[in-house]
Amino acid sequence: MINRRQAPAIKDAVNFDIQLKPLEQFRLDNGIPVYVVRSTEQETLQLELVFPAGSWYESENLVASATNFLMKNGTSKHSALEINEMIEYYGAYLNRGAYHENATYTLHCLSKHITELLPTLQEVIQDPVFPEQELAIFIQNMKQKLAVNLQKSEFVANRHIDKYLFGEFHPYGRVSSMMAYDALQTESLRAFYQQHYTYNNCKIFLAGNLPDNMVPLLNQYFGSTKWNGERHNLRPEMPVLPAEEKKYRIFNDENGVQGSIRVARAFPNRYHPDFPKMLVLNTIFGGYFGSRLMSNIREEKGYTYGIHSQLYNFRQAGALNIQTEAGRDVCEKAIAEIYLEMNRLREEPIPEEELSLVRNFMIGSILGDLDGAFQVIQRWKNLILNDLDENYFYNNIRTIKTISAEELQQMARLYLVPEDFYELIVI
Amino acid sequence: MVHFSKFTLDNGLRVIVHEDATTPMAVVNVLYDVGARDEDPRQTGFAHLFEHLMFGGSINIPEYDEPLQMAGGENNAYTTNDLTNYYIELPAENLETAFWLESDRMLSLAFSEKSLEVQRKVVVEEYKEHYINKPYGDVWHKMRELAYSTHPYRWMTIGKELKHIEDAKLEDVKSFFFRHYRPQNAILVVAGKVTEAQVKALAQKWFGDIPSGERYVRHLPQEPVQDAPHFLEIKSKVPLDALYKAYHMPSRIDPKYYAADLVSDVLSGGGSSRLHQVLVKEKKLFSNIECYHFGSLDAGLMAIEGKLVKGVKMKDAEKAVEEELDKLRSELISERELQKVKNRVESMLAFEDMGLLSRANNLAFYELIGDAADMNTEFAKYEAVTVADIQEQARAIFSPANANTIHYYAGN
Repeated sequence: MINRRQAPAIKDAVNFDIQLKPLEQFRLDNGIPVYVVRSTEQETLQLELVFPAGSWYESENLVASATNFLMKNGTSKHSALEINEMIEYYGAYLNRGAYHENATYTLHCLSKHITELLPTLQEVIQDPVFPEQELAIFIQNMKQKLAVNLQKSEFVANRHIDKYLFGEFHPYGRVSSMMAYDALQTESLRAFYQQHYTYNNCKIFLAGNLPDNMVPLLNQYFGSTKWNGERHNLRPEMPVLPAEEKKYRIFNDENGVQGSIRVARAFPNRYHPDFPKMLVLNTIFGGYFGSRLMSNIREEKGYTYGIHSQLYNFRQAGALNIQTEAGRDVCEKAIAEIYLEMNRLREEPIPEEELSLVRNFMIGSILGDLDGAFQVIQRWKNLILNDLDENYFYNNIRTIKTISAEELQQMARLYLVPEDFYELIVI
Repeated sequence: MVHFSKFTLDNGLRVIVHEDATTPMAVVNVLYDVGARDEDPRQTGFAHLFEHLMFGGSINIPEYDEPLQMAGGENNAYTTNDLTNYYIELPAENLETAFWLESDRMLSLAFSEKSLEVQRKVVVEEYKEHYINKPYGDVWHKMRELAYSTHPYRWMTIGKELKHIEDAKLEDVKSFFFRHYRPQNAILVVAGKVTEAQVKALAQKWFGDIPSGERYVRHLPQEPVQDAPHFLEIKSKVPLDALYKAYHMPSRIDPKYYAADLVSDVLSGGGSSRLHQVLVKEKKLFSNIECYHFGSLDAGLMAIEGKLVKGVKMKDAEKAVEEELDKLRSELISERELQKVKNRVESMLAFEDMGLLSRANNLAFYELIGDAADMNTEFAKYEAVTVADIQEQARAIFSPANANTIHYYAGN
């Protein structure tokens, strides 16, 4: 008979040697840097072009995201429909995204189709024309989507908490609005495009199973000319302007059955020496299923379906944000429990068993995250775009493996102080 | 090509092993052949509530999550109308921890009153978060009731009403467990940096002595063919009018499924698809419109849903949708359009196969619906579809008598 009460022996996380799979780097003929992680197990590849063309660089609200979105909707040779047709015929996906710092175009496809897809990708990146009609449809549909989202308490809560943390004029706190959509003009999109989507602002991240002629192909479509000319954009300094008032209660829907709770504070960015330590403390506090917040507020009290705390790792300034959707009549109780858990972390050292569990969980989770070339390039991309190297990654791993309960308690005393937090309920 | 081997323990537990030496991880996936369709109409939402209780401790192990996290693992689960699936991903060195945990909760749960009490509340909050406190959140409750008169697909996985969840009793939990959570009704998939010999030994060691239980035989009332359109109007505090249509379609295991699936791809799913191009871009009647289905194991529903551009009349919007559906019924699509949707399936399957977890999930699913080996011949079935098959399915699915329509109006 086996003894089912006895857990099988395990290998502890501190004994896992995590290695970030190395990156190949080269430059195209025109100097564009290309970063590559290869794999041969699957027949797929991912090609991502990154430009410093996020909302940080826009002078009118929403211009960065509208530019990024509409590049795909018409070139001098092809309509939006034709472009979509050329991509979708090959079962490929061309996704775009505009974030605070960067804007990206990402192609996912079967490796065997890359030769057919590159000419279309080149057109979208180098020759978009921003048709009036496409902008008009975009504005109309985005406004409709916004109208629906504004009825959701969680959406409204996310907008408000960012405003409190960073100020409504800062790129991290600025939100969309009907007015801002209405103000968009094709001229400003074109100007933004010309200023930011140029060869010297482009970085390429490539992963997966690559054909033998990948380098000449990339040179042919992206490396042979100084497309869109050379532009240099200073990254303007923008101070955050946090709100003075700390507590907010907002009624968005008088019949709402839940409240969206956000409890958040400013936090140093990822370059600060406390950041890796806080990653561990945050995991313990609210960063995984077994966290203090989940155990207490979901698994013990049943106030919510889920509660999470999260560290924002924005380039200029970070934040620690706790969020949950809780029953309308238990919102205040849930907030009281959040503070209670902060107090416990400040006042009592974390038991060795819990700390060792979290170390193992975090290391296991990183090991799983690094499984596959697409995941590995993602890690490298985050390092490169933030001017970091693999030492940063290894330093984080070292912190997870070695941080003491004492250091964590010190972090809690510094950063988990209820008076420093904004507090919001949107019903 | 996903390689695997398969064996069955004496107690009836089916085990599938997928070796992949390129990853440091292992996945342990346990699929139970029970979903919301197996519920008593007076106790809906039970399969899903039960899934929550599977994390509340088992007969010999008071805490499920902690030892797993200690072993560097993560886990989750989902319940659908058809099945319930649990999975663990952890460093392969610690594989045995997953066997220990999964086998003990298959042997028996702890059946703790406290866990039931808390998880009832958690599920009630889940229900509120997803279905009450969201604009249009009630529409699928209403649509299922409109489209199904008989089959248990009449209710959603989360349950028909909050009261059913609030009323759940511990004795119901026990009988549900011993009826459905037996080795005979389960499929175990182990994937990753593992070997067949290792998995055989571990499966025998940890699952071998669990009583096989009765095989659950499903006798669900089948839905009669719908012979007249159904219609419902809703007025609610939402910002935009919306149109929802649902049509009965072949089940996931019906050979006609592949053509039906491609019908939805022709209509929706990319910027070049018909509904988006004609109704959003050209006619500007909708700000978004989608066609999708759930791949249900009994005959399911194909849905079309869209939000109307402000100022557009419902009848104009609906007429334009019907024109697109009629076009698909009356005219053959081009070979190129068919090739496009096939290419899309090929690519989607390739991307799905990249993830270890997804491969393990899929092996269990294909074994449930017939044979895990079918996972590798799936694309061939799509490749065999012709333009005439597409038309035949479009004609059958979008016949007017088969339609269920909800006009969802923005009111104050």
